[in-house]
Amino acid sequence: MATPQLNMELVYERPEALTDTATHYCPGCTHGIAHRLVAEVIDEMNVRERTIGVASVGCSVFAYNYFDFDWVQSPHGRAPAMATGVKRVLPDRVVFTYQGDGDMASIGMGEIVHAAARGENITVIFINNANYGMTGGQMAPTTLPGMKTTTSPNGRDVEQMGYPIRAAELLATLDGASYIVRRSLHDPKNIRLAKKAIRTAFETQVRGLGFSMVELLSTCPTNWNMTPVEAQKWLEEKMVPYFPIKDFKIHPALAEIKV
Amino acid sequence: MTKQLWKGNEAVAEAAVCAGLQAYFGYPITPQTETLEYLSKRMPELGRAFVQAESELGAINMVYGAACTGARVMTSSSSPGISLMMEGLSYIAGTEVPMVLVDVVRGGPGLGNIAPSQGDYNQIVHGGGHGDYFPIVLAPASVQESVDLMALAFDLAEKYRAICAVLTDGSIGQMMEPAEIPPMKPVRTTYPDWAATGAVGRERNILTSIQLEPPLEEVVNFRLARRKQEIQAREVRFKEYYLDDAEFAVVGFGSAGRVAMTAVRAARAEDIKVGLLRPITLNPFPVKELDELSKRLEGMLVIEMNSGQMLDDVLLATQFRVPTAFYGRMGGMMPLPDEVLAEIRELAKGPKMQDVHPRDRWLKRMEALV
Amino acid sequence: MPVKGTIVVDERLCKGCELCVGACPQKVIALAMDRLTPKGYHPAYLIAEGCTGCAVCALVCPEAAITVYREGAKVKAAV
Repeated sequence: MATPQLNMELVYERPEALTDTATHYCPGCTHGIAHRLVAEVIDEMNVRERTIGVASVGCSVFAYNYFDFDWVQSPHGRAPAMATGVKRVLPDRVVFTYQGDGDMASIGMGEIVHAAARGENITVIFINNANYGMTGGQMAPTTLPGMKTTTSPNGRDVEQMGYPIRAAELLATLDGASYIVRRSLHDPKNIRLAKKAIRTAFETQVRGLGFSMVELLSTCPTNWNMTPVEAQKWLEEKMVPYFPIKDFKIHPALAEIKV
Repeated sequence: MTKQLWKGNEAVAEAAVCAGLQAYFGYPITPQTETLEYLSKRMPELGRAFVQAESELGAINMVYGAACTGARVMTSSSSPGISLMMEGLSYIAGTEVPMVLVDVVRGGPGLGNIAPSQGDYNQIVHGGGHGDYFPIVLAPASVQESVDLMALAFDLAEKYRAICAVLTDGSIGQMMEPAEIPPMKPVRTTYPDWAATGAVGRERNILTSIQLEPPLEEVVNFRLARRKQEIQAREVRFKEYYLDDAEFAVVGFGSAGRVAMTAVRAARAEDIKVGLLRPITLNPFPVKELDELSKRLEGMLVIEMNSGQMLDDVLLATQFRVPTAFYGRMGGMMPLPDEVLAEIRELAKGPKMQDVHPRDRWLKRMEALV
Repeated sequence: MPVKGTIVVDERLCKGCELCVGACPQKVIALAMDRLTPKGYHPAYLIAEGCTGCAVCALVCPEAAITVYREGAKVKAAV
């Protein structure tokens, strides 16, 4: 690493909560941005030593290799239940799940709805990239109408294959949910807003205010067959209209928090 | 503590609480729902964790999470619910974290009924989840025995970082008997080195069952297999009655063994030299003991409430050296002492030819009845 | 005079995804096509003067591979 020039102050460096490891994610995959934002928030809140992450099954299955705190690995879709088990036994720890759209909104739909309904004091980071990334780009519950995937080769036909699920909107209908928002990782402005939302979600937890989830619209350059830059454009043009970037549920006590 | 009248499912719950249970996650299913209901009141009373999950699937994964923190955690269910838990059990075994599972077996397969059965033997003892894993399995035959085995279950689970299953059935779960619950043990305040509790001043702990590299996964597999060997060498438990001078032996576990006990006593009163071997641990199975026993017997009779699942383990243990008969009732039917006594008399008349598998001979005999 | 800044890209981590190239408001980042990282990617690097240390590149970097410096008053974690 080159040394900085004299009288230059450090503006930004890699968060401490990330391990010094290269990730296995594809170049330009926004998983990396999401990981970085979570790590920055954990550093800023100074909770690394009492954080326990719950990894799910998807491209992020090895998330535990990239963060310097305790992790447990859940079966596909079960992370919210596993997180419930951890949090109920250790209520003062910071417990979060990191799940993709297949994991959370398909096989895991039962577990996430009930964790939210119970108002479990956990945080869920939900990565929505409109396909099943790890297994090679199959249709997901979030695949857009008309969108081609390996199991909707002619484009998602809503007559045969149904409509996408808007998970944030769905979960926000539950009284037990306290902070449910959707953000996006497609450009600097939205990444900044995403970080604020992640911070608010973790604040929801540490203040004992209940269940929090941040849905992050994300790219999948490899399975979308695009460059990372093209993928971010596609996200903005095609996904944002279907999955609006909004706040869906905000606990009143959160209004006072400035992040 | 004095003897009180306890319902099996509730005694199991209180015994677990007294053994230091820190978290219970479950779901209603007959005939074990009383355990869930009892703990829904008792655990919050003591400030301990309780959640009625959205399904058995949710429950077992909550158990998995809590087990990763090293806490004493348990769930209970019955046959169809246990099937739903099989995924989670495999993961828990692969991650090598301890837990206690209570299976109150009912008639099956499928939805079956809510009457007692022993149809889950293979599923629990030989691992119904995927992969090579070996839960420790305890089989009580009374409310008191269920109580006594709960503390042992937690201790064994923690000692070997394994699943310890307590296999009972609908009758033991529902019956009311006098039992004495041991005094309340304090809940643990320290956590094992390996647990995921927050990396305060230590390297981080990662608890996972993934091992992408086959050579590394094989290391895990060998570790689990060797642990089973160790458990086999050290933890076999069984009860024996009237075997010192026996010419015949009945082998049965749980309620089947209990019914057989009555029949054995009646047979002894008729001067039939018969005894009973009732395994307490189904895994590890009393292989050595049965092997030795079979060398001095003229015949054995296996009694079960299934189609002969433990029967195969008995035949393996005795290496087919002694004529073995089988008698089973299924679908929630209880074998009665008279039926078992008739089987013992039949056995005592003379050893049967070994050319027909005991299960086939039993199926033929039962044609008249069912 | 515009504020001077500089970035250091960790070439063990950079995957040449070009998100920083597009995001840089000063357009002073490009991929080095004449060399490869140990993993075989063309790494990002500063191609010209003009970096203001705004850290937008670090904001979009999925690998947290960029460290950002700026001269003048102390600023930390501007992202």
